Amino acid sequence: MSSHRQIKEGSFHILGGDFANAGEASTSIKRELLEMGVEEDTIRRVSIATFEAEMNIIIYATAGIIRYTITPEEVIIIAEDMGPGIEDIELAMQEGYSTAPDWVREMGWGAGMGLPNMKKNSDVFKIDSVVGEGTRVDMIIKRRRNETEADQ
Amino acid sequence: MRLRQIRELLDAVIVHQAIPEDTDLSWAIATDLMSEVLYYSKDNSLLITGLTRQQAIRTAHIADIRVVVFTKGKEPDFQTLELAKDKGVTLLITPHCTFSACGILYERGMRCCPDE
Repeated sequence: MSSHRQIKEGSFHILGGDFANAGEASTSIKRELLEMGVEEDTIRRVSIATFEAEMNIIIYATAGIIRYTITPEEVIIIAEDMGPGIEDIELAMQEGYSTAPDWVREMGWGAGMGLPNMKKNSDVFKIDSVVGEGTRVDMIIKRRRNETEADQ
Repeated sequence: MRLRQIRELLDAVIVHQAIPEDTDLSWAIATDLMSEVLYYSKDNSLLITGLTRQQAIRTAHIADIRVVVFTKGKEPDFQTLELAKDKGVTLLITPHCTFSACGILYERGMRCCPDE
């Protein structure tokens, strides 16, 4: 029996270039998941996928928004930005491919692992991009609860 | 490997301690690339890095890494230290370079985060 079909949702505005606050949105979502008692594996996958999406907006875009929905079955993350867009999505999905400038690499980013990392941690991963307009990433992370938790 | 042993082996100083020194850490990852940390690390890993910026602490927190070692004696700036305190990330500084720090810990049995 499902006694608490709790659904939570929210959103965060992200500013391009705002490295000082980079990770705040992902940390807030992580905190919310922890407070809801979501299983650890799900929290880790959502946190990593969201953090990579957040960093991509900060590194490449003018601004963006990250929306999240937490249900008993899954966590949905949508990251949408006003940015340069991605010319070749297939190439961008390859591990190690990056267009990040040197100053971003000096900050520890731009390894060409961001999109592959988002895909790795998602059960459903979809990316749409228009050059000169922006990029939208949709991710669904299915919750893998054990039988006891699922029955509660 | 316990935190105390890591500190002793690396001749490290703990600049912020958020967990007991007898805490056991399972794996280590050494990189300056934060996406590699997110991609390859497991929870309860040790992060060894020369990147002494806030990003290292943010990334550790997101990836459930509780201990970070800054190599080559590089000290964190004020904001990075404050972030470590805020996020409960234990922070060590070793005078050794990343290569040597890895070698020292490997010799004593610490291993890389395993693949899936």
